Amino acid sequence: MSVSTCPSRSAPNSDKQNPNALNREAPGLDAADRAIVLVTQAGLPLVPDPWGAVGREVGMSGEEVLSRMQRMQARGVIRRVAAVPNHYRLGYVANGMTVWDVDDAHIARLGREVATIEGVSHCYRRPRHLPHWPYNLFAMLHGRSFDEVERQAEALRERLGEACRDYRILYSSRILKKTGLRLAGAQPDAASTDTAQQG
Amino acid sequence: MHCQVQDLDTLDRRLIDSYQRGLPVCTRPFHAVAERLGTSEAEVIARLERLQSLGVLSRVGPVFDHARAGASLLAAVAVPEAERDAFAELINAAPGVNHNYAREHDYNLWFVMTAPDGPELDARLDALEARLAAPILRLPMLEGFHIDLSFPIPWAELERT
Repeated sequence: MSVSTCPSRSAPNSDKQNPNALNREAPGLDAADRAIVLVTQAGLPLVPDPWGAVGREVGMSGEEVLSRMQRMQARGVIRRVAAVPNHYRLGYVANGMTVWDVDDAHIARLGREVATIEGVSHCYRRPRHLPHWPYNLFAMLHGRSFDEVERQAEALRERLGEACRDYRILYSSRILKKTGLRLAGAQPDAASTDTAQQG
Repeated sequence: MHCQVQDLDTLDRRLIDSYQRGLPVCTRPFHAVAERLGTSEAEVIARLERLQSLGVLSRVGPVFDHARAGASLLAAVAVPEAERDAFAELINAAPGVNHNYAREHDYNLWFVMTAPDGPELDARLDALEARLAAPILRLPMLEGFHIDLSFPIPWAELERT
């Protein structure tokens, strides 16, 4: 039986962010990569050889699928291959998108700092659109209650200190559509939470 | 809501805790997991299937980075609350929209627009803006500080609920 061993539990963390990422770049995925994305975005087949099963669907060998998966992961197109929990089901029932008007001179440092605060899942700098939208820092907060989310927001406010002029917590009142990454022709992926607030 | 948590045994919990951050991407990934957890490949697969069917796991598979797999941005529109659902339907029907949340703010509809590349993204937003007859607030990511880490699952707390 040929079973390869894997050097570490998880692949190198590719979440390190490119500070200049304007996410406007060409995707750099070829047709074969895209075919793999389409077939795997709703989940891998749970069989001993998932790559072979994917390969049969897209017309390539399992080895080719695996090596393309590894390459996409190395390039950061795939953040990780994981057992993705439904956090709502596991107690994280409250989430709030917090938006902050932070002094541009300090945002890079402060953004990194608040990103380490417990409960923060995503933290991004985004452009202001004055006069209607003064907020330039976004942090998604997740808690086991709304009180916990409020406490997390308070912790962020304290950390931001005087560099923060204003902030809001925007709770979601309703989920109107939620799918995973979709390329053309893909079916909606019912329950992914990990891509929320991307982009 | 959390009624299943009592039904999850130590092995289930170890699977979730250990592998939400990443599975090995190798020839027989579930075999590799099984070796580390001291069980069989078939057992790991059966557990993952069950956790998926219980809805405790959304899926087992790749987590893609939108920004690198194509172009995307967070967008918002302010629409009259009474017409919100009608606007939401128009947004959901537009090509490339993959999240849409109602939020409590003047900008009350928030969605993510995606496209294969930047020019197509702009074209999709322009087309949708014309359709909605409302300006779309365009909020591309300029810098990411912390993205998409896992959370500790509060098993003990869930037991009590």
